[in-house]
Parts: sequence; C-alpha cells; structure tokens
Amino acid sequence: MNNKKKMSFGAKFYMVLVYAFLYLPILVLIVYSFNESKSRAVFSGFTFDWYAKLFHNEAIMSALLNSLVVAVIASVAATAIGTLAAVGINAMGRKMRSLVMNFTYLPVINPEIVIGVSLMLLFVFLRFQFGLTTLIIAHITFDVPYVILNVMPKLRQMDAHQVEAARDLGCNPVQAFFKVVIPEIMPGIMSGFLMALTYSFDDFIISHFVAGPTAQTLPLAIYSMTRKKVSPEINALSAVMFAVILSLLVIYNLISARRERNKGRAGR
Amino acid sequence: MKSKLPSLPYLIWMAVFIVVPVGLVLYFAFTTQDGAFTIENISQVGQYTGVLLRSIWLAAVATVICLLIAYPLAFFLSRTRASVQRTFIMLVMLPMWMNFLLRTYAWMTLLENGGLINKFLGFFGLGPVQMINTSGAVVLGMVYNYLPFMILPLHSIMVKIENTTLEAAQDLGANWFQSFRRVVFPLSLPGVMTGVTMVFVPAISTFIISRMLGGGGNSLIGDIIELQFIGASYNPHMGSAISLVLMVIVLLCMSLFNQFDSSGKEGIYS
Repeated sequence: MNNKKKMSFGAKFYMVLVYAFLYLPILVLIVYSFNESKSRAVFSGFTFDWYAKLFHNEAIMSALLNSLVVAVIASVAATAIGTLAAVGINAMGRKMRSLVMNFTYLPVINPEIVIGVSLMLLFVFLRFQFGLTTLIIAHITFDVPYVILNVMPKLRQMDAHQVEAARDLGCNPVQAFFKVVIPEIMPGIMSGFLMALTYSFDDFIISHFVAGPTAQTLPLAIYSMTRKKVSPEINALSAVMFAVILSLLVIYNLISARRERNKGRAGR
Repeated sequence: MKSKLPSLPYLIWMAVFIVVPVGLVLYFAFTTQDGAFTIENISQVGQYTGVLLRSIWLAAVATVICLLIAYPLAFFLSRTRASVQRTFIMLVMLPMWMNFLLRTYAWMTLLENGGLINKFLGFFGLGPVQMINTSGAVVLGMVYNYLPFMILPLHSIMVKIENTTLEAAQDLGANWFQSFRRVVFPLSLPGVMTGVTMVFVPAISTFIISRMLGGGGNSLIGDIIELQFIGASYNPHMGSAISLVLMVIVLLCMSLFNQFDSSGKEGIYS
C-alpha cells in the first residue's frame, strides 16, 4: 500500500514556487492594507485606517448588500429550476436529452462577454429597466447550467427502482419525488447551489452589461475603485474577503472531515 | 411514470434568456439601425483583424504557459496522500474565490514602474523595467487568473491514473520519458482538453485584464466589444457583429480541440 511515495526535493521545490506565485500578490495586498501611506511603493507605518474607511464607505456597503441579495435570490431560484430541469431531462429519450444538454452547455462554453451583451440586447429589446431585476434574471440564467451539471450525475447514479418501490408502497408521484428522489440527489443539489452562489457573488463580466447605472454589485464597485488612481481601501477589502473565504473554507473542511470520520465509524 | 414535465420551466427560461438573446446578436449583427438587412457590420469587423489576431495569440500563449506550469504540479499532487491532496487543491481554489478584479489589481501594484518588483530590482542596480502596459503583463494576468482552471481538471483526471499502471510501464522497460509519453500523457488528455478550453475561452474574451495591465496599447477583442455596448462608441450592431465573430472563433477552436481529444482516446481505449 505504500505506493504513494514521498515527493522528491525537486517536486517540492516546484510546488513551493507555484504556490508562491499564486499567493504572493494577495499577500502584498494584505500587507499594504495596513500601510499608513497612500502610496503603493513605500511602507511608512502600521494603521487600521483603511479598514475603518472601508466599513464607512456607503457605496461599498450598499454594493455588498446588493451582491448578497442578487446572489441568494438567483442561486435559490436557479437551484429550484435546475433541479426540476435535471429530473425532467433525465426522463427524456436519448436524442432529446443530448439536444437539451447541448443547449445547457451553451452558457458554460460561450464567452461570458457574449452572454452579457446578448442579455443586454434582450433587455433593451424588451424595454426592461436595468437594475436588480435584470441582474437577478441574468444570474439565474448563468447559474442554472451549473445546478443541472451537478444534479445530473446523482440522478443517473440513483436506482430507478427506488421510485417504483415508493410508488408501490402508496406514494403519489409528488410524494415519491420529495421523499425519495430529493434526499437521494441532495449532495448534487447542495454543490450546485453553492457553485451558483459563489459564481453569482463573484460575477463581474455579465453583471457589467446588465446592471445599468444604479444597481451596483460588489465586483462592479471594485471595478470602479480600480479605475481610480490610488485607493488603499481596495487592499483592505481584499484582506477582508480573503479572511472570510479562508475561514469559510476551514470551517467547511473541518465539518466534512468530521462527517467522514463519523461515517467511517458507523460503517464499522 | 418518468415525466419530462419538471423541465418545462427550464426549457421556457432557456428559450427566452439563452436562445432568443443569441438570436438577437445574430439579428443585430446583420441589420442596420433602421432594421434593414446588411452585411456591412460583418465586413467592418475586418478592420479589427489585428486586434483579433492579438487576442488569439495572447490567449494561446497564456494557455500554453498555464499548461506547462500546471501539468507537473497536478502530477506531483496526484501522487501524494489524499489528505495532502485535499489541502493543496483547496489552496489552488482559494485565490479563485477572491474576485479576479482584486487579483488583477494586485498585479498592477506589483508591476508598476514604481512598484514592488522594480524596487526589488533597484536593490541590485537593475531596472526600472517597463512591465505594466505591456503585452507580457496581459499574458501574466491571464496566466495568474486562469491557472487554477488548468490545475483542477488536470489533477482530477490524474488521480485516476494508478501507480500500478506506471509501475507496469516501468516493469515493461519504459524509461521515465517513455512512460510519460505513452502512458501518463494519453491518459491525461481529457483533462488537458478541459483545462485548455477553460483557460483559452475566458482569456481570449477578457477585457479587464487587458485594460488593467495592458494600458491603452494592448486592447483585445473583448475591449472592442465592450466599447460598442458600454461607452462612447455605442453601436450594438457593430458590437454584435464582433461578438458573433468571437463566438464563431471560440466554437471553431473548441471543435478543433475536441477532435484532437477523440483521436487521442482511440489510442488508449481501442
């Protein structure tokens, strides 16, 4: 079983280099978020000022709120539409299924900028007012495929006889769906939902075209900050976001590690 | 009792918000402002040939660099213990979850003429080297932002390659290079294809990386499209025509990769 050999020194050194490449820029931002001077070239002293300024920045705080609203509504809606869609697509014949799946891949494969401008054209064409509604519609559109692609494999793994058994035992189709199918494919639904949530929260390109001048999300606010010459608040924002993401990941990993341990124990 | 009915909301949604918009791009690309049919817009795209070629070139260079960096990393990682792998894959994904504008902004800070890298070089009496606002900076930005998209699919395909397979190749007399060329690489090809697609498509269509790191002189096709929709030169007809061309280029490249992919598969699975 000891076929997983230890890594050679060269391999370790290589990994250190790549991870340094990935993390150094972020580290620099975090260090400079504590820099007293506005300049990005000198470190003149330690301060928390930029953090204080950040949390008092109306534009950023309202953008953050918008981002949360859009991401939560869009990903919940996308999860519902996508899960139902996956169930329906799973019941289709082979030809029909591959046709629909090809269309489902379209927003995943198509360059984001094209999706953005095409939706913008649609909203202009329909005379929709640009704002939170158009943002939510656009986000649902690019979220749904990820839900379907996550739920689909779970559905295919599922034993179809389970549904038949539930029906034989007196469930109507709706009951069978909620009591048998949903619990079975729950892991896929959850990972699809989480993926949709993060994509939504993080999306800049598509939002850029469908937000209009009034509804700013966090990435849009960040974009307008980067257009300014110097804005150290960005550094503080980066540091805060990094800390939040890092702690979410650590918590997630701790939970899943514990769950795995428990599962292992129960299996014995 | 299998019912297709639950997919109805999705099918309607897809029709209205995916199929109709793409149809609108087509419609706008081939019409004038008065709605009359024209191929003027498409033929006008010719003036952006230089930008198009630059976009394809820079995206291709970035994709190759990503592949070269990611491949060994993914392989080394796939040979470690599962717990180590999980931690290090998380570490690959972590920067991805930070907004890419912030990550690109970080490179702005580093590459500036008075930035950290030039200060560092200054210690040794070197520089300052012009790094920001060059095409190299744009490629760097692409590599940095999309590297995880290359590492993740490569890693997930490589963990499936058993060590016993590699040992078998060695037992049969293959040296390091032979076992790479005839065993590891063919088996990893689907991951390579996924990774290449996932890096190339966003790289060729980006407009932020080129704007933040490339200055004015390194516009990509994405910048041109964006300017037609948001900005001074508002012309959705022209913008749609360029978008259409971009879409066709991307689809052509993808089918090219996929062909390569299936021809690779025959070698192993037949």
